[in-house]
Amino acid sequence: MQSLTLPLLVILGLTISGYFLAKTRALQVAGGDIRKLVSLPKQHALNTVLATAIPPVAAILLFSVYNRLTEGTGSWLFTLVVIALAVTGFALSLIGIKVQTRARTFAERWILGLLIFASTIAILTTVGIVFSMLFETFNFFEQYDWKHFFFSTSWSPNFRGDSDLGIIPLLWGTLYISLIALAFAVPIGLFAAIYLSEYAGSRMRSVAKPAIEILAGIPTIVYGLFALITVGPFLRDYFASPMGLGQSASSVMTAGLVMGIMLIPFVSSLSDDIINAVPQAMRDGSFGLGATKSETIRQVVIPAALPGIVGAVLLAASRAIGETMIVVLGAGAAARLSMNPFEAMTTVTVKIVSQLTGDTDFASPETLVAFALGLTLFVITLGLNVFALYIVRKYREQYE
Amino acid sequence: MEDMIQMDRTISTQQDIKIEAKGVQVFYGDNHAIKDVDVNIADKTVTAFIGPSGCGKSTFLRCLNRMNDTIDICRVEGDILLDGEDIYDPKVDPVQLRAKVGMVFQKPNPFPKSIYDNVAYGPKIHGLARNKADLDEIVEKSLRKAALWNEVKDRLNAPGTGMSGGQQQRLCIARAIATAPEVLLMDEPCSALDPIATAQVEELIDELRQSFSVVIVTHSMQQAARVSQKTAFFHLGNLVEFDDTDKIFTNPQDSRTESYISGRIG
Ligand SMILES: Nc1ncnc2c1ncn2[C@@H]1O[C@H](COP(=O)(O)OP(=O)(O)OP(=O)(O)O)[C@@H](O)[C@H]1O
Ligand SMILES: [Mg+2]
Repeated sequence: MQSLTLPLLVILGLTISGYFLAKTRALQVAGGDIRKLVSLPKQHALNTVLATAIPPVAAILLFSVYNRLTEGTGSWLFTLVVIALAVTGFALSLIGIKVQTRARTFAERWILGLLIFASTIAILTTVGIVFSMLFETFNFFEQYDWKHFFFSTSWSPNFRGDSDLGIIPLLWGTLYISLIALAFAVPIGLFAAIYLSEYAGSRMRSVAKPAIEILAGIPTIVYGLFALITVGPFLRDYFASPMGLGQSASSVMTAGLVMGIMLIPFVSSLSDDIINAVPQAMRDGSFGLGATKSETIRQVVIPAALPGIVGAVLLAASRAIGETMIVVLGAGAAARLSMNPFEAMTTVTVKIVSQLTGDTDFASPETLVAFALGLTLFVITLGLNVFALYIVRKYREQYE
Repeated sequence: MEDMIQMDRTISTQQDIKIEAKGVQVFYGDNHAIKDVDVNIADKTVTAFIGPSGCGKSTFLRCLNRMNDTIDICRVEGDILLDGEDIYDPKVDPVQLRAKVGMVFQKPNPFPKSIYDNVAYGPKIHGLARNKADLDEIVEKSLRKAALWNEVKDRLNAPGTGMSGGQQQRLCIARAIATAPEVLLMDEPCSALDPIATAQVEELIDELRQSFSVVIVTHSMQQAARVSQKTAFFHLGNLVEFDDTDKIFTNPQDSRTESYISGRIG
């Protein structure tokens, strides 16, 4: 890192001096008459700053990634290249200052480049995540039969080898818990949203909306504790035991219910925004034809908002699928394939954690399976998110 | 004998009045938008409201079917009688009132539904059609009256929001007449229409007059003169003059009316 100090100082110095030099020079070529210039002096200055700073900084970033990959260290050649880039940009942009130079266009191109760079990083990170998972997943499938992974109905890892690593019981647990969570969260959240946006007065709204949104700020581990010490025993004592459905406090129902509570603000807050975005003129049209408030809501407002509401529900679903803490504490960690909602079960995410914690040997299928599980989950939630985004976007185009 | 004749007259004029507004005041918060307006809207007549922008035409129109109820800050005082009954009486259900007093808004506001469903909306909620064939007939008749049928008959399932502004406005007109109201309030129904569609809508208004009364807000003097029998001129929230259309346009009593129709104010 020592080697970076000098080039950074050079870049900084050139940038600052370039700013003032460019301003002066622009005025100079115009003979003091600013109106002769095609671009303003400050635009020339901005162009010089960007041209001096961006190429060497980009080079530094590229070199450091390259160094990481090859495990090499900084060399004097690298320092020289960076300084040369800075000086070239500095000199070229200063020499280029003429009356006719369109510095504004150039500066905007540099800025466009910066923006593209930022979005590329976001995309590359996602791609990087997928690739790192893919790599380990390949390793896994080299040691373990993929048919067994996807179609076996039993999950019993055994660290001495000879494990059963079927994803089906885990996927079943994930889907079962998520479905229960959504079955709680969607009606409650949606009705709350309809009340807040259509019926509540502004005072009620200003209190109730933040109150509901507080639910979204509670850490999931706290929800998990709530499931463990309150909801689980309650469901066992009042529902499961009397009905003869089991003696377990950890159950799909416990986790699903608590996860549902966690999702309510997601659904209600997003739906509320979407319902509010339905233009008032639409409601007036319906009232003007003699429709009642509930007819208007059911037949005009909700249909108009429906694509957006579906998007909100799908986003909530991908949250539910990725949730871990509530499941560990609410539903337990035993993989099981059962229909009984009062039985302990577990999900994909919980098993990913348990396969990777403790004594791990990163070459055994028992560990590597975590990556295959993660990738499967990633594909599922990605699919859901893309679908949700697609629907939300379609909805945005509907008015005007 | 003399008395008898007198009584006969008053009865007959009373029957003719569909809506009677007395001392109507409207406030938006502190803004006094309508100041002590008295208007009688006759049955089977077209009444035009004219006046410069912001003078309160839309506001007054919305009082007549209580659409102002949906605006929180709006307060209405005075009496408005429909067929002799106070529409602001607590006993009156604004929902039923609006089924009788239909409205076409200043800005087209089709529902994000198909063209067919837009028109069928009112008949469906009021149970006006006994079966699908009935409903189809109402939809077709309304679209024909609104001069839209030929343009949309092949795409009744296309979304109403995907049409041009003028088509949307005619769709809203079709939607309003499909509910078979007794009074139709139209707020600048032709502002987005080309001359041909405008002529068709004016023809429709004339036809509607056979069976019910129409109130139309318009910025076009020619249109007011062409379609209406009565004209009310509003200025800064006051009703300046209300009389037979012929009289307003040929022999206005108030100097403000004269200036407005000859294009000097507004
Ligand atoms: N929803 C509202 N909230 C507050 N003030 C309003 C509202 N609607 C109208 N006003 C006010 O009431 C007055 C009359 O407005 P109105 O819409 O009735 O005018 P208008 O005669 O229909 O004008 P235009 O010809 O431009 O449509 C205006 O001063 C306006 O600012
Ligand atoms: Mg208006």
